[in-house]
Amino acid sequence: MPFNTLLTIFIVVIAFAFFAGQRRALKLKSDGSSLHSLPFYHGTWLIIVGVLPAIIILLVWSLLDSSVIRSVVLSELPASLMSVSAAEKNLLFSEIANLADGQTASPNADVLAPIADRYLLLQSMSGKLKLGLALIVSVIGFGLGWLRLKPDFRARNRFESTVKIILMSCASLAILTTVGIVFSVLFEAMRFFDSVSILEFIFGTHWSPQIAIREDQVGSSGAFGAVPLFVGTMLISAVAMIVAVPIGLMSAIYLSEYAGPKFRAYAKPLLEILAGVPTVVYGFFAAITVAPMLRDFGESIGMSVSSESALAAGLVMGVMIIPFVSSLSDDVINAVPQSLRDGSFGLGATHSETIRRVIIPAALPGIVGAILLAVSRAIGETMIVVMAAGLSANLTINPLETVTTVTVQIVTLLVGDQEFDSPKTLAAFALGLMLFVTTLCLNIVALYVVRKYREQYD
Amino acid sequence: MTTMTVDSNTSPQSSQEATQPVADISSNGLDSSRDYRQTVGKIEVANTKMSMRDVNVSYGDKQAVFGVDLDIAKNEVIAMIGPSGCGKSTFLRCMNRMNDTIEGCVVSGSLKLDDQDIYDPKLDVVPLRARVGMVFQKPNPFPKSIYDNVAYGPQIHGLANSKVELDEIVENSLRKAGLWNEAKDRLDQPGTGLSGGQQQRLCIARTIAVSPEVILMDEPCSALDPIATARIEELIDELSANFTIAIVTHSMQQAARVSHRTAYFHLGYLVEIGDTDDIFTNPKHRLTEDYITGRFG
Repeated sequence: MPFNTLLTIFIVVIAFAFFAGQRRALKLKSDGSSLHSLPFYHGTWLIIVGVLPAIIILLVWSLLDSSVIRSVVLSELPASLMSVSAAEKNLLFSEIANLADGQTASPNADVLAPIADRYLLLQSMSGKLKLGLALIVSVIGFGLGWLRLKPDFRARNRFESTVKIILMSCASLAILTTVGIVFSVLFEAMRFFDSVSILEFIFGTHWSPQIAIREDQVGSSGAFGAVPLFVGTMLISAVAMIVAVPIGLMSAIYLSEYAGPKFRAYAKPLLEILAGVPTVVYGFFAAITVAPMLRDFGESIGMSVSSESALAAGLVMGVMIIPFVSSLSDDVINAVPQSLRDGSFGLGATHSETIRRVIIPAALPGIVGAILLAVSRAIGETMIVVMAAGLSANLTINPLETVTTVTVQIVTLLVGDQEFDSPKTLAAFALGLMLFVTTLCLNIVALYVVRKYREQYD
Repeated sequence: MTTMTVDSNTSPQSSQEATQPVADISSNGLDSSRDYRQTVGKIEVANTKMSMRDVNVSYGDKQAVFGVDLDIAKNEVIAMIGPSGCGKSTFLRCMNRMNDTIEGCVVSGSLKLDDQDIYDPKLDVVPLRARVGMVFQKPNPFPKSIYDNVAYGPQIHGLANSKVELDEIVENSLRKAGLWNEAKDRLDQPGTGLSGGQQQRLCIARTIAVSPEVILMDEPCSALDPIATARIEELIDELSANFTIAIVTHSMQQAARVSHRTAYFHLGYLVEIGDTDDIFTNPKHRLTEDYITGRFG
């Protein structure tokens, strides 16, 4: 059934249920009984019992039916095709689906044609069953709900608890998605650790993920020591923070303590625009403008700066992070009660003494939280480093050299044609997992610090 | 300072009130022959510490204080009372230029501390505020230890040359504020952990630590319970031996209990000034009488 028709039917049914319930309630009221709930809630009650279960059935059925049909079809394959491997079964099934779609260019068309018909039949049956079941549930729900519409029926309470459940399921959906991502990364990472020892991964100092595909290939043994990547990540993040923290913090102090309201009204959004610049733009700014500039400058004073340096990537990333630091710090500095400023001024403290000795200490936990959030942002940043930091996994802390980061390696490991069961590809998941754990820890610390700060004033 | 955070009692309540005083009077059916814009009572005192003449304060377009003349004597406690929005807090905050931090606030007239003009452009506001300290409505200890709260002022003004001297100042200030016995074992704990009344005494200790000559108190007890209030009032009495104190209060009983002289403000004008006993037993102005007898305000 086309989606538009379905939508129209839904709207009509919902409207019908609502008005039926409301009319019923008004009727009860005009008969002289006093209602527990307003007629509106009686209307919504019929929607809840009449339409909601049907929607849930449609959704669940639609999610499940394709895999059910698939397994049924595959179990009915002719004996000659039953013995193939799982991967080939996948191919067979897509062939069947294509045939059913009307594409006949298949080598096994003769054998598969009856199966394709069977597949089509199953699909239409499933569709009818689905609608029929939804309809029956809807009617039953509606009928039972109708019978419960009495003057003393607590429709409002039902409505409230239903809304609560809907909101709760939305919230848990977000959490479940996160959990799902973590687990999918975790399982792939486990597969990686089957072929490479976890100790070698965490403590190894050599990173060279190319693996020989053929026996006679040379020079690609595969080494998965992640230390150079993490050192590179830390190096670039450190450069970024050295740029972002002082500038961000001082601009926050200026904005919140010294700037006039007019200036602030313009400057703060402008600063926050920096956060809205796509990182890919920062990336080519770093690669095309900053990196060559640094290299030329280095040459002019007789230093060798590689054309893709940690410094260039870090500087640009620092600029990108400034608005995070400044905006969050600005908020926490503003949250310091005016009474503390008054108290300090009242003692004859100057503005800078007040900022240094009262406001910053009072806001410090919030500022630390802001900085930690910025750090986890820097660690996870990808585009700038992909374009400006380079690919070679040097274990160095010299910011003038090329380094690579965890995120860059994940990108290069997964971009292009890859087989998804070689350690090379799976390494990306292990890296992702470690990155996730790192930023998660930072975020937890940051949230903890921020929360501690909140308790201080309320 | 970017925000115009003004306590509700320091900002004029409504422009209408301030711009139409005459209509206000007749609608109350009060004696209009005696204009409240003329101050009743004796402004001058012997042994003057602070002297204010023709003080006008406005926030942007709204004028909050109109031509107030007032002298404050050395070591006296002067109470300023009046309904909300009458300009008493605004006037108080002029005396150590706390109004400088409020944007759009304009002060005119002459305010003198020991014959020195407070609003002289050449005068540095930092030593002025060290000489004229302030205690606020809501206790506002810094989020530091009790010790550091008190030591803050002496440190920024360089009053102590050594740790021993600083310790001494802290102990003396806490003693004078009547907080020493409660706080001596927990000097390193945060000042925000004290109870409300203790916090306010800590703020007073902090203010005395820089040895001011005048202490301004802006409703120091309005956030406290009666017992803590009684404690502060006692303290004000003790402090008046060494300091000149100007206190703004909403509680007439408090004004009657702690002050030597009382000034009654109405709609930005100083209506009546006199000895506290006289004001409360025999007010000269109709508005004062109405206010202290609770007929309005």
